[in-house]
Amino acid sequence: MTARIATIFIQEFSLARRNLWVLLATIVLALFALALAFFGAGQGVALDADILTLTSASLATLSVYLIPLIALLMSYDSFAGEIERGALALTLATPVRRWEVFVAKFLAQGAAVGVSIMLAYAITGFAVLPLYGAGPEGIAAWLRLIASSVLLGAVFVAVGLALSALSSRTARAAALAIGTWLVLVVLYDLALLGAIMASGEGTFASHVFPWLVIANPADAFRLYNLASLDSVPVAGIDGLARTLPFPPGAAIGALALWLVTTVSLGIARTKRIVP
Amino acid sequence: MTDPILDIRNLSVSFGKLYALDDISLTVAAGERLALIGHNGAGKSTLFKAVLGFLTPETGSVSIAGHPPGTDAARIAITYLPEVVAFPRSLTGREVLAYFSGLRSATRTGIFDLLDRVGLTEAADRPVGTYSKGMRQRLGLAQALIGAPRLLLLDEPTSGLDPVSRHDFYEVIAEAAARGAAVLLSSHGLEEIQSRTDRVAILSRGALRAVGTMEDLARQAALPTTIRVTALQGEADRLQSELGGRRINGCRLEIDCTPEAKLALLARLGAHRDVLEDIDVTAPGLDDIYRHHSRSSDMEERT
Repeated sequence: MTARIATIFIQEFSLARRNLWVLLATIVLALFALALAFFGAGQGVALDADILTLTSASLATLSVYLIPLIALLMSYDSFAGEIERGALALTLATPVRRWEVFVAKFLAQGAAVGVSIMLAYAITGFAVLPLYGAGPEGIAAWLRLIASSVLLGAVFVAVGLALSALSSRTARAAALAIGTWLVLVVLYDLALLGAIMASGEGTFASHVFPWLVIANPADAFRLYNLASLDSVPVAGIDGLARTLPFPPGAAIGALALWLVTTVSLGIARTKRIVP
Repeated sequence: MTDPILDIRNLSVSFGKLYALDDISLTVAAGERLALIGHNGAGKSTLFKAVLGFLTPETGSVSIAGHPPGTDAARIAITYLPEVVAFPRSLTGREVLAYFSGLRSATRTGIFDLLDRVGLTEAADRPVGTYSKGMRQRLGLAQALIGAPRLLLLDEPTSGLDPVSRHDFYEVIAEAAARGAAVLLSSHGLEEIQSRTDRVAILSRGALRAVGTMEDLARQAALPTTIRVTALQGEADRLQSELGGRRINGCRLEIDCTPEAKLALLARLGAHRDVLEDIDVTAPGLDDIYRHHSRSSDMEERT
């Protein structure tokens, strides 16, 4: 079992590396992180705030868009493409279990996204530190950002793989992945904003709304990072971070729940594939 | 006689109301090569998928060395080469084989030998994206030889290969059969496999139309030998009234006869040597035999 998972893991990870996904994702994330860090540093000196804390707040807001997109792009073709090219039939003709295929692909692509995030944010952290220094609060915020980003990436890799196993055609998998990204990352927020503006202050705003926010993995990620910061001004939906009916850690629980659910759904779906 | 490696009994597979396979019974013994012939959509790939356990049969059973499809024992026994397979372009040939060796719990040391057997030693460390079609197909074959399989399922393995590659390909398959593997391969036509398999099964519209050696099939088809006679100008009428046959044009005549009657007919033609310009004898070709078996069944269906 472990030998077979390791075999698929090695192939998938070296594919992600050779298709330049890891390099590309690292460069994109590092560029954005560095730009935000040095832009924030200009203001931070005036505000007398910790640069890493400031940057982790703005980077959390940006990562919500970028990381799901990178994770979905890396994973959407994984099953659908192999079904189309006939490669999956070959894999499934061996004694490998279907759940092993899904889990190994998930681990490899999750690792690829995770390595990119850790590299990019580590580079940024080490670029900022010697110039502006950082307090323990800033370093803690930065580590929280890295860890929760890796988790967010893993959730969306699992979503992408499950969609890929569901559609069995590359074109349909791509459409589903982009649609999912739009709904979870963009439209969901707009709908929530509309709802809170329409309902005003009341039980919806104080009791229903926070749960709707952490029900979405992207919002849960952002909420976790912003709610954990004390010294940074936040606005809009993120203003909610100040009046939560649950501790910020609950958002991590929500992400973990998403991860377990999508991996389970993906495995169930993989068992039904006729290659 | 030992038990067959592959034993298919009364297998039917349907997609909704459409029968993709209809009551197929077929066996392949150890060391035997059986070619499954049929045009696109005849059900060849469906049969393979049923043997691999990807499709659940409507009725009937499949047994691989005594085990049902999809079980570990069956999957260890079978290796498979699908009709279209594209290995990841950025992996090298050696990495592709390492991947499948890992999944089949075969030793990595066997990879060197496999590469050598299909003639890919030199290209082993180049990305698959740089391979020619023949090389990719040979890599697919090497993959199907991992771990001393007992049943090789090869879905149109040589379509699109040049004659030299095809010849080499069948040599490797013959070696595998000589080591005791049962081989089930599919192809579009008899021309392609010629005498490179032991038996032939003709599949048409999901049903088996004929199974046997190439000679069996030729005898069953009992196709006539055609003699084309070119007579001198104006003499064709006289020849036709004497020997029968069909007139093609003013001076050409086609006469069908059984293989046994051929010599006697030629002797009679010899008597008319003075009015003959040319004689051409055409024995039925492999494609004619294939067309006969798959078409006669179509006619049965229409009636």
